[in-house]
Amino acid sequence: MSADRFSFRRLRAMMRKEFAQIMRDPSTFLIAAAMPLLLLFLFGYAVSLDTSSTRVAVVMEDSSGPALGLAQSYRASPWFEVEMMRSRPAARRQMIGSEIRGMIVIPQDFGKQVQRGRMPEIQVVTDGSQPNTAQFVASHAEGVFQSWAATEGLPGAASRAASIELSPRFWYNPGLKSRYFLIPGSIAIVMTMIGTLLTALVVAREWERGTMEALMATPLAMAEFIASKILPYFLLALASMTLCTLIGVAVFGLPFRGSLLALYLIASAFLMPALGLGLFISSATKNQFVASQLALLTSFLPTFLLSGFLYEIPSMPVWIQAITYAVPARYLIPPLQTLFLTGDIWGHFLPNIAAMLGFGLLFFFLSFRVTRRSLD
Amino acid sequence: MRRLKATIVKEIWSLLRDPKARIVLVLPPLIQLFIFTFATTLDVRNVDIAILDRSSGVHSTELVQRIAGSPNFRGIRYLRSSAELHEAIDNQEVIAALVIEEGFDRALERHQPAQVGVVLDGRRSNAAQIVAGYLSRIAAGMDAGAVLRMQGGAQVTHWFNPTLDFIWFTLPALIVIIVSIAGLAITSQTVSREREMGTFDQLLVSPLRVHEILIGKIVPPFLVGSFNGILYLVVAQVVFGIPYTGSLLLFFPALTLYLLALIGVGLFVSSLSMTQQQSFLGSFVATVPLIILSGYASPIENMPGWLQTVTYLDPARYFLVIVQGLFLKGMPASDVLHQLWPLVLIAIATLSASAWLFRSRME
Repeated sequence: MSADRFSFRRLRAMMRKEFAQIMRDPSTFLIAAAMPLLLLFLFGYAVSLDTSSTRVAVVMEDSSGPALGLAQSYRASPWFEVEMMRSRPAARRQMIGSEIRGMIVIPQDFGKQVQRGRMPEIQVVTDGSQPNTAQFVASHAEGVFQSWAATEGLPGAASRAASIELSPRFWYNPGLKSRYFLIPGSIAIVMTMIGTLLTALVVAREWERGTMEALMATPLAMAEFIASKILPYFLLALASMTLCTLIGVAVFGLPFRGSLLALYLIASAFLMPALGLGLFISSATKNQFVASQLALLTSFLPTFLLSGFLYEIPSMPVWIQAITYAVPARYLIPPLQTLFLTGDIWGHFLPNIAAMLGFGLLFFFLSFRVTRRSLD
Repeated sequence: MRRLKATIVKEIWSLLRDPKARIVLVLPPLIQLFIFTFATTLDVRNVDIAILDRSSGVHSTELVQRIAGSPNFRGIRYLRSSAELHEAIDNQEVIAALVIEEGFDRALERHQPAQVGVVLDGRRSNAAQIVAGYLSRIAAGMDAGAVLRMQGGAQVTHWFNPTLDFIWFTLPALIVIIVSIAGLAITSQTVSREREMGTFDQLLVSPLRVHEILIGKIVPPFLVGSFNGILYLVVAQVVFGIPYTGSLLLFFPALTLYLLALIGVGLFVSSLSMTQQQSFLGSFVATVPLIILSGYASPIENMPGWLQTVTYLDPARYFLVIVQGLFLKGMPASDVLHQLWPLVLIAIATLSASAWLFRSRME
């Protein structure tokens, strides 16, 4: 590679080659069009953190009137899909097989206690191997029981209104739809895939096949080479992001309260570290398999798990919280969610954009260094 | 048999030849196991919340102090106006803001119900709901003096994981996920790499039969997958102290069958691809639904009915139930078998589909 001045003619020629390669390879479409659709589909339908009805067993050890009445309340509850059973061992077997997530035992003397006007006792057993569902089952089973006891007029039931009433209001997502935060998150994943993974593979292939040496023998300058590798994938990622946004809004009813300007600005800022990391990985490894595994480890999985997309960062141990600061997607997902659900809040966007650009610069600098060193 | 041995040695060698690749096969999965075990908690802890106290009486101060003392909240920001509240929520500085109106203390003194407004950030709707739950429990605790410790009621027990420790759920599930990601990635490279390098034709003119070539391709990812699976099994017990209550004899057949089903999927993708890039991206596109539909990311019960039917085709679904069952529930052989036979069918289906595709694309 020569140290000549930047030439747009050479850049154009290189980019044309790169675009031809993109268009020729069906896997590009797989990742830029099929993958976003699949992700939106899965996050729109399959991943639902919204609670719905859970299968539980009601074990009737008593067949008195009140016991049947309580069982009926569980059946009528929208939270549970109830299977009636006679004995605990049978329910336990089903719980081990994960067919039910909990059991509610109405014990033998239940009816007698109610007749004597006492608050009866029931047992709620949950499947602790799924902690979230277990908590859900426990609190709703208790809730159904309490309201049944209140309508029966039993003493000690929580009939007295609490003296402090909380009235929660959920701003920007009053229906508490989890897809409202899952779809912006999947946009981040799609951009990570194209920005880091695809770029890493493409450049590593040039090294692996030896076409990199051929390029180096040409008068192509380093900056031209990097620009020619980055611009096509930058545009591809933006196109894919646009597709996701359109489908999210049109099909899944995601609100869009911010501006297009902010959307493209934030997305472009994120693509800098994403592309930079892809280039760096490929230049450092020069092997498609190793590059793909590293890209997965350093970009896709952190975007999924360490960005605040699915899991709350403040809840993580401190040393993992420290790692999350080095994950570019951490600065992308909150602004994206804000943009869709709240609107343009530049005071929130700008520091995040600055952080992403900073990481972008760092990664580009590193890939410059690594590529140059390997030339000697 | 000699040919078969030779091709297996060759395949293992081509996987392990590159020192970087050797490291990549074991180290990143192990790092993933450690980081993700700690990161993937659905608990909500250490969040910041804001309080706008317009009452500033004895009772409102007590409420604020109770919230400040809760281990679930880290920092409390005191606000002076609704404008500040708007800003704190919009900039995601806090996840929730409590608004105690002026009449709060007066109402409580007159033994009337007092309202407290809570504004929560719906952009993080899941965490916000959990925070709302914490807050209402604290508010209910303020009343506790008045509530009689009543007789009867619902006695709650959590089986298999009495303290509902989240790691006990995450770690067994991560074994499934990480084995899947690594297994698919390795297998999907095997055929396409030879195509890209041009060595595929050499393979075809060699005296190897098709099934020998295929077995050669299956063995290395199988060995790597088994090694990783067993490594995590040990790490989960020794390092993280997750109880393994089932029989080890049941874990190995399950791991074997799952790996075979997985390798079938990987080989299919690989035979379909002309380049490594295609096969890697293809395997990735296969991995995502494999994981999401397994019931790890969110319970299968929460999915719409037609999608629940689709999950029966996902081999990870069965392996996940088995691994979680063997770790925590002491799952007996009959239940494991109940999950194993679908895995057998899926393994047969994916392996024969990939063998068919491999054969038909040889010309």
